[in-house]
Amino acid sequence: MTKLKLDKVTLEFFPRTGAPVLALDDVSLEVGEQEFAVIVGPSGCGKSSLLRLVAGLVEPTRGAITLDGIPVTRPGKDRGMVFQSYTLFPWLDVRNNVEFGLRIGGIPADKRRHISDHFIKEVGLEGFESAYPKQLSGGMMQRVALARALANDPEILLMDEPFGALDSQTRSLMQELLLQIWQHSQKTVLFITHDIDEAILLGDRVHVMTARPGRIKERVEIDLARPRHVDLLTSPEFIAIKRRIMGLIHDEAVRAMR
Amino acid sequence: MHRSRLDAYAAPKKEIPRSVYLTVSATVGVSVLLLWCLLSYGGFVRSDFLPTPVEVLRAGVDGIQDGSLAVNTAASVGEIMSGFILASILAVPLGILMGSFKIAEAAIEPVTNFIRYLPVSALIPLLILWVGIGIEEKVTVIFIGTLFQQLILVADVSRNVSSDLLDVSYTLGANRRTVVTRVLIPATLPGVVDTLRVTLGWAWTYLVIAEFVAANKGLGYFILNSERGLFTDRIFLGIAVIGLLGLITDQLFKLLRDWLLPWATESR
Repeated sequence: MTKLKLDKVTLEFFPRTGAPVLALDDVSLEVGEQEFAVIVGPSGCGKSSLLRLVAGLVEPTRGAITLDGIPVTRPGKDRGMVFQSYTLFPWLDVRNNVEFGLRIGGIPADKRRHISDHFIKEVGLEGFESAYPKQLSGGMMQRVALARALANDPEILLMDEPFGALDSQTRSLMQELLLQIWQHSQKTVLFITHDIDEAILLGDRVHVMTARPGRIKERVEIDLARPRHVDLLTSPEFIAIKRRIMGLIHDEAVRAMR
Repeated sequence: MHRSRLDAYAAPKKEIPRSVYLTVSATVGVSVLLLWCLLSYGGFVRSDFLPTPVEVLRAGVDGIQDGSLAVNTAASVGEIMSGFILASILAVPLGILMGSFKIAEAAIEPVTNFIRYLPVSALIPLLILWVGIGIEEKVTVIFIGTLFQQLILVADVSRNVSSDLLDVSYTLGANRRTVVTRVLIPATLPGVVDTLRVTLGWAWTYLVIAEFVAANKGLGYFILNSERGLFTDRIFLGIAVIGLLGLITDQLFKLLRDWLLPWATESR
C-alpha cells in the first residue's frame, strides 16, 4: 500500500540575483507502507531538497505530495526528521531532547517518561538520560536525534544523510542499529545518502537520482535477505548491485562536473 | 630533549602545561611591577610623572579614609549599571528580532548601522544641550553607546542559530511561536551573555569620556581632577580601580554563564 506519494514534483529556486535554478524536475516517487526507501545521488542533485519538501519545510513549485492520501502543506509531527547536522537542543539533556515533541504535544509527564525510557533504551543510551549534548560523541548525538524523532511516533521517518558526519566505524554501527530499530518499529523510512554501500545495505528499494536538475533516473530493487548485517558488503550479490548503481551514479557525477 | 620541549611550546594552538602557563603569566606580571619600581625608585622618571607603587597604595588608603574613593566609585558604577541595563533590556529582544526576522532587520538595521559608527563621544555636546550635565547625561551616553553595538552583536548571535535547529522543531510538531520561545531564544542565550560581557567593558570607555567632559563625581572626574593638581598617584589609583572593577565584572559574567548555562560550550 502506498504511504508516501510524490506526483510530478518540481522545485525551482529563485535567487535574488541570476536565473532561477531548477533543483528538482518532475519527480514522481512512491514509498510503500513500512518500506525502507533510499534515495542516492551525486552531491547537489537536490536529494536534500526532496526530503525537505516531504517534511513540508519547502513548498514545491509544481506537483503534489501526499502522505496516506493527505496533501503535505506544512511540517508536522507525522513526518519525523533526522538531519545530517547535529540538531539536538544543547540546553536540554538527553531525556528532555527525546521528550521535546511529546512535551509540546501536551503528553502528560508519566507517559512521556515511559516513552522516552523506551526509545533511549532502543538506541542504547541508558545511563545517559541526564547528559547534555556537549558531553556526547557525534554518534551518540545522532542516536538521540533518532530517538527524539521516533518518540513522536511519526508515520514516516525522514533521514537526511544522518550518518554523513560520522567516522566509518561509527557509521557501520549506526547502520546496524537503524536496521534493528526499523525491524522492531516497522516504520516507513525515506533515507537520503550519497553512500552507495549505505543505500544498498539499508534499502528495500534505491532510487538513483540524476545530477541537477534532479530527476529519478532509475529504481533498483534490493532483494537481499533480511536481517542484514555489515558483512553483507563483501557478498557477490551485494557487489553486483553496487556495480550497477555505481555505473548509474558515475555517469551523473561526470555530467555534473562538466 | 630540552630543545624539543621548547619546540613543542612554540607550536600554534597547542596546549602547554598549566605550570608553564602560570609561570609565564607571573613572570610577566612581576617584570612589569619591577620595571615600574626601577623607573620610579631609581629616579629615571620624575615622581610627578610616575608615582611609586607605595605612593599609589597610600593614595588608595587616603581615598578610602576620606570616602572619596567610595563616592566616586559608587557614582560611576551607578551610572554605568543604569545605562547598561536600560540598553540591554532594549537591545536583547530587538537584536533577536533583527537577526531572525527579515522585516525587523529591514526596520532596525540601517539606522543602527548609521548610529553605530558615530563615536558616542561626538554626541556628548548635543546630549549636554539636551539633558544637561547631571547623571542623566552619563546614563544617556552609556545607553546610546552600548545599545547600538549590542543590537548588532545580538542580531548576529540570533542570525547564527542553525536553521536546522528550527526546522527540526517544526518536524517535531512545534508551531512558530513555540519555535521562537522554546528554541530560538534559548539558543541565543550563551551568545547574548557573551555580548553583554564584551559591551560592559566598552561601556566603561563611554563613561570615562562622559565624566571627563562634564562631571562633579565619578572615577573619570576623579582622574581628571587629580591631573589638574598633578596628583599622579591618584590618577594611577583611579585607573587601577577601573581596571579592577572591569576584572571583577568580567569574572562575575563568567560565573553567571557557568551557573546559568552549564550546557553551553566554552565562550569565545
